[in-house]
Amino acid sequence: MVDTSLSQHPRTRLSQGLLRPAVASAVLFMLVTGLAYPLATTGIAQLLFPSQARGSLVERGGHVVGSAVIGQDFREPAYFHPRPSATTGPDPANPDKSIDQPYNAALSGASNLGPTSQKLLAAVAARALAYRRENGLAAGTAVPVDAVTASASGLDPDISLANARLQIARVARTRGLSEQQLLTLVERETTPRQLGLLGEPRVNVLQLNLALDAATAHPAAAP
Amino acid sequence: MPIDLAQFAIVLVAMALLVAAAGKWLTRVLTGAGHGAPERWTYRLLGVDPAETMSWKRYGMALLLSNAAMMLLGYVLLRVQGMLPFDALQRPAQTPDLAFNTAASFITNTNWQSYSGESSLSNFSQMAVITFLMMASAAAGIAGCAAFIRGLSRKDSHDIGNYWVDFTRVVYRVLLPVCLVLALVYVWQGMPQTLASAVSATTLEGLKQQILTGPVASLEAIKHIGTNGGGFFGMNAAHPFENPTPLTNTLHMLAMLLIPSALTYAFGSMLMRRRQGWAFLAAFLVMFVGFLAIVYHAEQQGNPLLTVAGADQQWSTLQSGGNMEGKELRFGIAQSSLFVAVTTAATTGSVNAMHDSLTPMGGLVPLALMMMNDVFGGVGVGFINLVSFAILTVFLVGMMIGRTPEFLGKKIEAREMKLVMLAVLAHPACILGFTALAAVWPATIASLNNSGPHGFSELLYAYTSGTANNGSAFSGLNANTPFFNTTIGLAMLLGRYFTLLPMLAVAGSLAAKKAMHEGPGTLPTATPLFTGLLVFVILVVGGLTFLPALALGPIIEHLSMLAGHSF
Repeated sequence: MVDTSLSQHPRTRLSQGLLRPAVASAVLFMLVTGLAYPLATTGIAQLLFPSQARGSLVERGGHVVGSAVIGQDFREPAYFHPRPSATTGPDPANPDKSIDQPYNAALSGASNLGPTSQKLLAAVAARALAYRRENGLAAGTAVPVDAVTASASGLDPDISLANARLQIARVARTRGLSEQQLLTLVERETTPRQLGLLGEPRVNVLQLNLALDAATAHPAAAP
Repeated sequence: MPIDLAQFAIVLVAMALLVAAAGKWLTRVLTGAGHGAPERWTYRLLGVDPAETMSWKRYGMALLLSNAAMMLLGYVLLRVQGMLPFDALQRPAQTPDLAFNTAASFITNTNWQSYSGESSLSNFSQMAVITFLMMASAAAGIAGCAAFIRGLSRKDSHDIGNYWVDFTRVVYRVLLPVCLVLALVYVWQGMPQTLASAVSATTLEGLKQQILTGPVASLEAIKHIGTNGGGFFGMNAAHPFENPTPLTNTLHMLAMLLIPSALTYAFGSMLMRRRQGWAFLAAFLVMFVGFLAIVYHAEQQGNPLLTVAGADQQWSTLQSGGNMEGKELRFGIAQSSLFVAVTTAATTGSVNAMHDSLTPMGGLVPLALMMMNDVFGGVGVGFINLVSFAILTVFLVGMMIGRTPEFLGKKIEAREMKLVMLAVLAHPACILGFTALAAVWPATIASLNNSGPHGFSELLYAYTSGTANNGSAFSGLNANTPFFNTTIGLAMLLGRYFTLLPMLAVAGSLAAKKAMHEGPGTLPTATPLFTGLLVFVILVVGGLTFLPALALGPIIEHLSMLAGHSF
């Protein structure tokens, strides 16, 4: 008594007339949801928010120097340094081989190493040593965790306030600015929690370094 | 950290506020009589009669055939990608096994990705294959759920709706408008939406940086609204372009929760049993909050081995502290932990932190949520899973207290229980069977990124994610091999259709039954007691089934970590 659907809809009728709508639905909805929808969104977005829609590009002197939301690599002591990045890229000597290439914005990547991985622990220990050496910290000083761990995207644009502060002495020394000036600069470039609540307070490294260059070029305008 | 708790609270409160509004809207879409003009044109183009009433078998057949046609179209487009427009980077076509895996993954709402989005797909494929299949699988899931609810609500009926009408309406009236608005908010916050493939920048230190862009926001919107989860970029919602600010992160989470939670409301309305809808939502919430507490605590405590290596993981006003490996600074521990719980509870699979690098107990949470598969569930299907557990609960409790099992005024008999058990057992059988196979398959070791118990967790996670149609990964695993592409592809198809189809059959079978009067012998199912029993059954069934596998992975790893062992 339960399964009476068979008697009402004989087996031959089950898929009768379904083939054409199935095929037509695939093509039609591909056109509507796969082309019309993203293209319409693109058109409106380019009109309303042209800068963000193109990737929030940052220009200096007419040249694109990066994107405001994408991190980039800094190694010179005169700049604030970003978090470690696990992205890789093709080896210039042999394109089939991939090598470490931090902040490769063409191929996001993470270490994906688990918490008990010896490879991870060795990398963190090595980064902590290098960080202490660069910033003149005493041996054994605990280093802010974001400074020694790779981000999820490999393109994290931000560092923590703790990390930025520990780098001030080095940058100030290299640039011949006072630590107080730099502390004020870091505070000015600090992004607070969004709406006072969401996420974490942080410093965007590219924006901070741009401000730093500007302050060094025009010391009078420096804070 | 009170501010972290406030962030959790705001997401749950916002979700609760959205439940009623979205639920009412969804109910109207699924039950309204009129057809809009674009809908009538669509029916004409498809050559279907919107007034046709379908039995569950015909409805299921329409769903299967149209999904098959869409999957095939997606497969073909991926295979000829090199000849299609909009790609300055000339990314080549996917190989046959990879294209099969991708098409199966997106049509089943899994969004497992064996490839890295930015290196494998052109902007055309991101739109015409990925965005399209995301819309289609979400609409099919909601339609399936609507049919299921109708089956439960109708008496003496062989009509569970019209697939074409449900599908078309969900796309036109729900998904497209919501996604368009959400995508624009996303762009405002810093997500790209352009047809340009890449921009070249010269960094302040004079290095070249090639920044990939594309129609990201439109994909991100449906990715979360439809609980899909596949990323435009390899690192998914951790990538700053996919998730530029804490606000987009919060909107991603609300978008993922929107339809699964609204479906419980629509269910209550369509059955005229509002309290039942709320009772299910309460069951969702109890489990969700419990698991969130575990992952947040584990990640904020951090990894003792990292402290030994020299990292400072203490929370302070200057840093969030905690285990930051594989996490983004703008999200910190709170927004990352919440995202882990939401994405696996809603079976989305979008990730804003690398699950592979979570602490062992933190990594156990997404595994467990996917193994239970029904805390919120993906669009449509998760709700169906929850009902299958509700029927199981009614049955078990009925056995214990000697009452005839009844659910929503229908008698539960042998046929329904067999189908429910098929749906409930297909899930663990698929996960554990394939994991066991992969563990003994010779070539799989080479794909692992971690050794020791964490390596086993990578395998277990892959099949759990595939079967639960989640799509997130312990992504250290190199799954782009013929073995993994094929077996995970099969796990996705089995996991989707072996829960969806048996439960549609249950709905069809219940719809054909006479309604019973609720008497003193009826176990009420909209009470806190029943909600508690339901949670208990889900935890016991899930726990008994999966505990041995979890013991071999995250639990051993946790104990090793505390003992200071590394691998």
